[in-house]
Amino acid sequence: MSTTIEKPEQELLISGSEAIAIACSMADVDVITAYPIRPYDTVMQYVSRLVADGEMDCEFIVAESEHSQFEIVKHASAVGARVFCGSSGVGWFYAFEALAVTAGLRLPVVAMVGNRALDDPGAFGTEHNDALAVRDLGWMLNWVATAQEALDTALMAWRIAEDPRVFLPCAISADGSFLTHSQVLTNVPDKSLVDKFLPRYDRGDKVLHPDNPITVAPQVNEDWLMEIRRQTDDGMRRAKGVVEEVHEEFRDIFGRGTPSPFFEEYMTDDAEVVFVGMGTLALPVRVAVRQMREQGIKVGFVRIKWFRPFATEEIKACLSRFKAIGVVDRDYSFGSPDFGGVLYNDIRAALYDSEKKPLVISFIAGLGGREVRGQNVVEMKDVMYEALATGKIDRDKQWIGVRR
Amino acid sequence: MGKTSLEVVYRGIFQKTLARNICRAIVLAARKEGKVGIGFGRYGDSPERNGIPAKYFAVVADTQEELEENLAMYEADNVDVTVAVDDTLCKGVESWGWYGLQPINQLTKNTGTVLVTSVQGRSDLVRDIHTKDVPYNIGVVQGSTSFSGLWVYKDDHTDVRVLGAICKVCPEMVSLESMEEAILEQWNNPVKVDSARKSHDRIETRVVEPGEGNPEEPFSFDLPGWTTMEEALVVRNVEQGAGFRGGDGGYEPVRNPYFKKWSTRTMRPVVNFETCIKCTLCWLHCPDSCFDVTPDGLYDSNMESCCGCGVCEDVCPVPDCITMVNEAEFEGNLSQWEDWNTNKDGYNKWMTEIVEKQKTQEPRSHGFHHVGQYREEVGSVTDSRNVVEGL
Repeated sequence: MSTTIEKPEQELLISGSEAIAIACSMADVDVITAYPIRPYDTVMQYVSRLVADGEMDCEFIVAESEHSQFEIVKHASAVGARVFCGSSGVGWFYAFEALAVTAGLRLPVVAMVGNRALDDPGAFGTEHNDALAVRDLGWMLNWVATAQEALDTALMAWRIAEDPRVFLPCAISADGSFLTHSQVLTNVPDKSLVDKFLPRYDRGDKVLHPDNPITVAPQVNEDWLMEIRRQTDDGMRRAKGVVEEVHEEFRDIFGRGTPSPFFEEYMTDDAEVVFVGMGTLALPVRVAVRQMREQGIKVGFVRIKWFRPFATEEIKACLSRFKAIGVVDRDYSFGSPDFGGVLYNDIRAALYDSEKKPLVISFIAGLGGREVRGQNVVEMKDVMYEALATGKIDRDKQWIGVRR
Repeated sequence: MGKTSLEVVYRGIFQKTLARNICRAIVLAARKEGKVGIGFGRYGDSPERNGIPAKYFAVVADTQEELEENLAMYEADNVDVTVAVDDTLCKGVESWGWYGLQPINQLTKNTGTVLVTSVQGRSDLVRDIHTKDVPYNIGVVQGSTSFSGLWVYKDDHTDVRVLGAICKVCPEMVSLESMEEAILEQWNNPVKVDSARKSHDRIETRVVEPGEGNPEEPFSFDLPGWTTMEEALVVRNVEQGAGFRGGDGGYEPVRNPYFKKWSTRTMRPVVNFETCIKCTLCWLHCPDSCFDVTPDGLYDSNMESCCGCGVCEDVCPVPDCITMVNEAEFEGNLSQWEDWNTNKDGYNKWMTEIVEKQKTQEPRSHGFHHVGQYREEVGSVTDSRNVVEGL
């Protein structure tokens, strides 16, 4: 597939945030708004640098709050501008009203969430609850694990979000610190390839413009709202197919990417026990899986990439092959079924009508950015094998790496 | 097959760009040998804060899989080389988000190397560094502490001089040839390549034997668990203060027993108790309430609280009554007033000598006290061609 690459890529030593900023530049984003919060601010620092150096031409607007920055890109998107914005933790929550209306208005805003624990207590480390809060609103949501994937996924995100079959906002989630603040060697594609892959955003006759007199966002009541919600639902259903289509085309043009757009399997071929998780959690889990494999333990790992739309059938087909699934959530959902994590409950629901039902066990790990270490993965493996042997799940062993 | 790693311990703001440049250059130079690498700052640090000890890491490996063992971590498990770009950090590292004192050589591997930029000798530095139960090497890159700036960059070649020394003490990380190539590519300045090579050729190290150095047990404590911690994020107040050193006279605030500031400072105040007019200004203005009021109404700076900002020196109306002195001059953290009280002549003699010596030394940055100070400190060079931009 690499034969389609016309020009050599440039290798840069950049962080996940800088990779997203470079994607903004390559995608010729028209309007970028900024309001600082760690760890997301590393994106705007790099964007402002690119703008100041004359390497990027866009409207770069520093807003007075997170809410305003999302309102600004929402409006810009309505008039036909390609936009980017982002935030972290409670900053993302401060923008919540704007986030809800953006999806409601079917505006293809692309955002980056630098995952950060929610206050209180104030903490910088990664936790996925910030981004997950929009999971029910019509935002597409994905998690990336490397700077390379951040760059690639951002380019795909505009293409998917701006597809008229979709017209939904998309948030790329990147773990604070491990992705946002770590510089790794990353391939930056030639601009000509990006231009080939990513056409201009065209809102067609829905564009808000004096030459195209329309009204958007009217007040409605019970006699209209349900149909409007059903349309958003249909947009999200169609989005799944568009994700597949765009992912395939990306692989063709750029010559990289996982076989499935929705998840990545690691050492799962003959696995009995498989971990499932999102984001940079993948890195220590993969190392631990390799080490356990050397000891002959049949473990594997499935990293979920797209959380919304959730690829129900594909994930069901993948995970029903194994005897036990350990879903490692870097989030919490207090009071939820089994007091399990958010991803756990979606995975378990997807497997409910599967013919083969593996044991599904919830683990909560790495909150507040706590490192998930090899010994934590071994601990989870032991819980899973114990559950397989006894048929019972010990729910006291759900929280991993917590001091008692 | 193999993996090598390095940490640069630096002080917030002043040296952030320096630390990042060193680590980036390592990864980029190692790339020329086909290796892969990563550079990252320790996330819990707050390098935007004045003088706070912080860390930057570089890890290089032959394969992606080996590198993966060091991804998604805050610190490398151990390092082949520890670089301290401020010699006062030899006393230990207390990050803004760190609780306890981490010896400078804590992560240094068995037979690894600690490199320090300093005008002190190796043995002077070893006296400050906590003992280790395995041998390691120490080397000094001769030079005063580099004030490299955050947004601008005072290009005094400290970066490449450290890089040249790294290639000598850990050639398996990256060779001098690859480094020279990377330096030329990044800075486009052959003089910097020369600086790196000279430093490479000149650097000498010596072995520090197990048990050699500062024998003090580094300050640490255990964190509570979820079943033992008070619920609802409640933090109980500390008691009100009482008399000086537990007595009836004077006043000493009760301090947080878990947060010491033994190594956050680069200078400390030395007080002339003879000329003090008891005006209270140092006590009033100290942002860390570090002055204890003695029974005779004097003010004794407590080294458990002093972060070395120098505000006391600035506000003191009496000439030379409070003088900020390079932290490297001190070994312990004992009370100056008690010293003076037991032996006034001895203290006054020591105090006069150390203050006079300080006056002859090149002043070092230990915080910003007034608008425009930053420009004064880097001002003379900001317009010259030697200043390159941050990255």
